[in-house]
Amino acid sequence: MVEEVRDKNIFEIKDFNVYYGSFLAVKRVNLNVETHKITAIIGPSGCGKSTLLRALNRMNDLIINSWVEGQVLFKGIDIYQKDTDVIELRKRVGMVFQKPNPFPSSVYENVAYGPKIRRIKKKSQLDEIVENALVRADLWKEVKDKLNESGMSLSGGQMQRLCIARSLAQEPEVLLFDEPTSALDPISTANIENLLQELRKTITIVIVTHNMQQAARVSDLTAFMYIGELIEFGNTDTIFVNPQNKLTEEYITGRFG
Amino acid sequence: MAVFDEELKALREMVLKLCSMVECAIRDSVNSLVERNADLAKEVIKRDHMINALDVKVDEECIRLIALRQPVAKDLRFITTAMKITTDLERMGDLAVNIAERAIELKEEHLFKPYVNIPLMAEITQGMVRDSIDAFVRGCTNIPYDVINKDDEVDDLTVKNFNELLEYMIRDPKIIPIAIKRTYVAKYLERIADHATNIAEMVIYMCKGKIIRHMESPGP
Repeated sequence: MVEEVRDKNIFEIKDFNVYYGSFLAVKRVNLNVETHKITAIIGPSGCGKSTLLRALNRMNDLIINSWVEGQVLFKGIDIYQKDTDVIELRKRVGMVFQKPNPFPSSVYENVAYGPKIRRIKKKSQLDEIVENALVRADLWKEVKDKLNESGMSLSGGQMQRLCIARSLAQEPEVLLFDEPTSALDPISTANIENLLQELRKTITIVIVTHNMQQAARVSDLTAFMYIGELIEFGNTDTIFVNPQNKLTEEYITGRFG
Repeated sequence: MAVFDEELKALREMVLKLCSMVECAIRDSVNSLVERNADLAKEVIKRDHMINALDVKVDEECIRLIALRQPVAKDLRFITTAMKITTDLERMGDLAVNIAERAIELKEEHLFKPYVNIPLMAEITQGMVRDSIDAFVRGCTNIPYDVINKDDEVDDLTVKNFNELLEYMIRDPKIIPIAIKRTYVAKYLERIADHATNIAEMVIYMCKGKIIRHMESPGP
């Protein structure tokens, strides 16, 4: 029974608090992230949604004074245990940021960087990983003839897909997206959204977005957060058609505050 | 958002106006029949194009709001409800025209039995329409569960009306063509009550977010 729950939920977040110094940014959140689903986290600025997202692969560790209480179980194991290999965790739980941030190197090197760190040296193996990751990120056709050109020379949408390919080359089980399309035009946004639908077949996705229509379009489950608390969590169609909480309704209908 | 709220208010008012026009058409068509007033019946037929035009206008406004405002939650349920109930209201208007047409024909015929069931059915159906729309307009203060039960009363009266007319037809076959027209009128009212029930069901969906159509016991 416990195993079944763990297969269903790749993350189980239990009574989880995140502090920045004495400031409580995420308050007693309980939330399960279902495997091979897209979970969207929405809420006004400062509600703790990015903090919660970053907690899932311990990116908050990089922020001085941040500390946590409670548990985040990744496949049943608490990622905040002392002996957690954080580098390995971030390989399995990757992250894509708001602003595309390719390395100042070639398209090829951007994608091959992670595998090289993992000591994969054989050229043919690296070539295969790079091609596979670029195909999965729906970028291969556009860049296959310019793999040696700078990753920075691509368009905004292509750069973001390059960053996704870079994450995919690590063969993650989960990808965390923090506002992945807020810097992109509608066509690039649609490309990324279509890509998310493809990726969810093989990995689990958690996305933080300010764009509620995007949350409605791409996600299976939606969590609404307000002042650090998880107010409502459920199927995306329920949240957007018939939310149960008044705060959720006020927020998504734009009548907040 | 204030602009969107104003737009929703204007939409609500349009639906309310459509409803009052349809209510008026039902009342006048039945009165034209009972009072044998062909002029009033013609008036109902003449006014129907206004109902049709407003139905189109409501639809256009709903589509515009969906496209431009991308409504969600209660706003989405309100707009989709407005779209669906105007279709029912427009059909009710058509049925009122059908009653008016029969009223014109029956005015020339022998009144072999006074109208008793039909005014009663009209009164119940108008009440059903009013109660359904009331909840829609007032934002779910009075959820119209009773309307669904009242539909059964109208169905019973349709059967009662038919059985009474059948007795007359058996006694005097010469009146069959006239009596059949009177059964038509009852059938039109019964259909109007069905549309009123649809409206109530949609309004309950709007208020509760739950589709109760085709359910055994749709109560609260």
